Amino acid sequence: MIAVYIVVGIVAILLIFFFATYNGLIRLRNQKRNAWAQIDVQLKRRYDLIPNLVNTVKGYVKHERGTLEAVTKARKLAQSLSADDIGARSKAEGELSSALARLLAVVENYPDLKANQNFLALQEELTSTENKISFSRQYYNDSVLRLNDKVQMFPSNMVASMTGFKQGEFFEVTVAAEKEAPKVSFT
Amino acid sequence: MWEQIRANRTRSAFLTAAMGILLLLLGYFLGLYFFESGIGGLIIALVIWGIMTLVAYFQGDNILLALSRAKKIKRDDHPKLYNIVEEMKIASGLEKMPDIYIIDDPAPNAFATGRDPQKAAVVITSGLLAKLNRDELQGVVGHEVAHIKNRDVMLMAMCAVMLGTIVILAWYATRVLFFGGMGRGRRSSGGGQAQMIMLAVGIVLMILAPIAAQLIYFAISRKREYLADSSSALYTRYPEGLASALEKIAASTKQLKSANQATAPMYTVNPFRKKGKAASNLTSTHPPIQERIRILRAMSGASLADYDKAYRQARGGAGVLPASALTLDELGGAAALRAPSADSKLLKEMPQKVKRARETSDLMWRLNEYKTIDCPCGTKLRLSPRFGVTSVRCPHCGRTHQVKEL
Repeated sequence: MIAVYIVVGIVAILLIFFFATYNGLIRLRNQKRNAWAQIDVQLKRRYDLIPNLVNTVKGYVKHERGTLEAVTKARKLAQSLSADDIGARSKAEGELSSALARLLAVVENYPDLKANQNFLALQEELTSTENKISFSRQYYNDSVLRLNDKVQMFPSNMVASMTGFKQGEFFEVTVAAEKEAPKVSFT
Repeated sequence: MWEQIRANRTRSAFLTAAMGILLLLLGYFLGLYFFESGIGGLIIALVIWGIMTLVAYFQGDNILLALSRAKKIKRDDHPKLYNIVEEMKIASGLEKMPDIYIIDDPAPNAFATGRDPQKAAVVITSGLLAKLNRDELQGVVGHEVAHIKNRDVMLMAMCAVMLGTIVILAWYATRVLFFGGMGRGRRSSGGGQAQMIMLAVGIVLMILAPIAAQLIYFAISRKREYLADSSSALYTRYPEGLASALEKIAASTKQLKSANQATAPMYTVNPFRKKGKAASNLTSTHPPIQERIRILRAMSGASLADYDKAYRQARGGAGVLPASALTLDELGGAAALRAPSADSKLLKEMPQKVKRARETSDLMWRLNEYKTIDCPCGTKLRLSPRFGVTSVRCPHCGRTHQVKEL
């Protein structure tokens, strides 16, 4: 009789462990997905800001057509790529970042523009959006790390392999230029 | 950083239990002493504590915000501040954007409220807003968001309530004891040795309980500050921002008008210091500010492990963070420091300072429902909310402006 109780007890504990771990894995995976979506939200926000910025700047910087066009082109390219193609997409986004940084650097030579309230507001929005993009990547990588820990480590790895959980892919900054913060001197 | 939330919960449960036992003991012995019934004292202590806890849980943040005369702001009121809070919300993975409040006070300081991350607020003074550049502000906001994320606000509020109950009980008991003559419960003779011991324990508890509770409270408070500093560095990947913000705050000699003893531990740095004296001499709810700066500056990376290492270097001995918080983080190893943002690289900070001061004062006027009219001649007209006219003439150029309803 006692043996039966012990067996039932062990089975119950195993089941509880299984479900708790499984739910934990689900939670981590959802968190990772949310984090990924958050990056997309911020990238979209940047796409939306760029036409406004280009329009505001256009009237002031007559001799910087190349810089402006580079921004518009980089935006178009990045937007046309599918979100699933992480490698190509992050490269394109990186190029957009550096094109924007160049534009904002060039703009420093136009004091009239810097007095424009509309431009200043846009500049703040862009700076902050760039920050949000990198913070959301940072958080995404943190989430992937946590998921991967669970998937790899004993004993949760057993539950993970039984239920088919895969490791997440880290978001790596592929463009060399983007690894360093854009060197923009605002004087 | 997720582990530390769990470590925090275990620790708060433990310390809350310790304080709770202290409270119950005090109630029991006071009951014995004054009404000859330990249970009666216990019930009184529990009732006082229960009421205070309920009030703190449901109304604590509102009371705190009202006491500090904080005003809520929207995105349009100060886009930069809103953006910075949103950045930290994203970096920390908070689900909901915390509310933002401003206190109109030149003393630079900040605090966070809210019983859980769903109902949280970041509060900063206008002095802080005007003094700090973007990176510094980010560091301070990161510190406050870390308090929210680590559930520190709740922990500190619950501890403060228990401390308050213990202090109140002990205070009344000593008054009654020393000024009210000996309580009714005093027997003239007999009583036996056991009773004498009980009485002695009661008196000792009455004196020691508030001190012990206060020490527990301060210890938790200081630990939470270090933890929030390290989390802020992790979120921003830029410890120098918070370090230089703390430096600016330390250099300020202004005192926060709307702070009091109960709300002091909530702030980033202790709002109480002798008038005219720099903030470096802090009482014990907060770690010494110079030390916090030194640790932040000694960090070689931005991870929690880096903070712990810097802490051990600065103070010697054991680290400050729970070991469980460090293991996960070490695996990442990707917490490299970032470069300062453009805003803080300025050599000439003066124009920025003027700009920030102006933005802040504009914000304060707007929050106080003043209307602002920008005259094309460059003059700014500010109208008091009590100024009930429909049109006004610019004193400079003589143009007439219609006053729009807000």
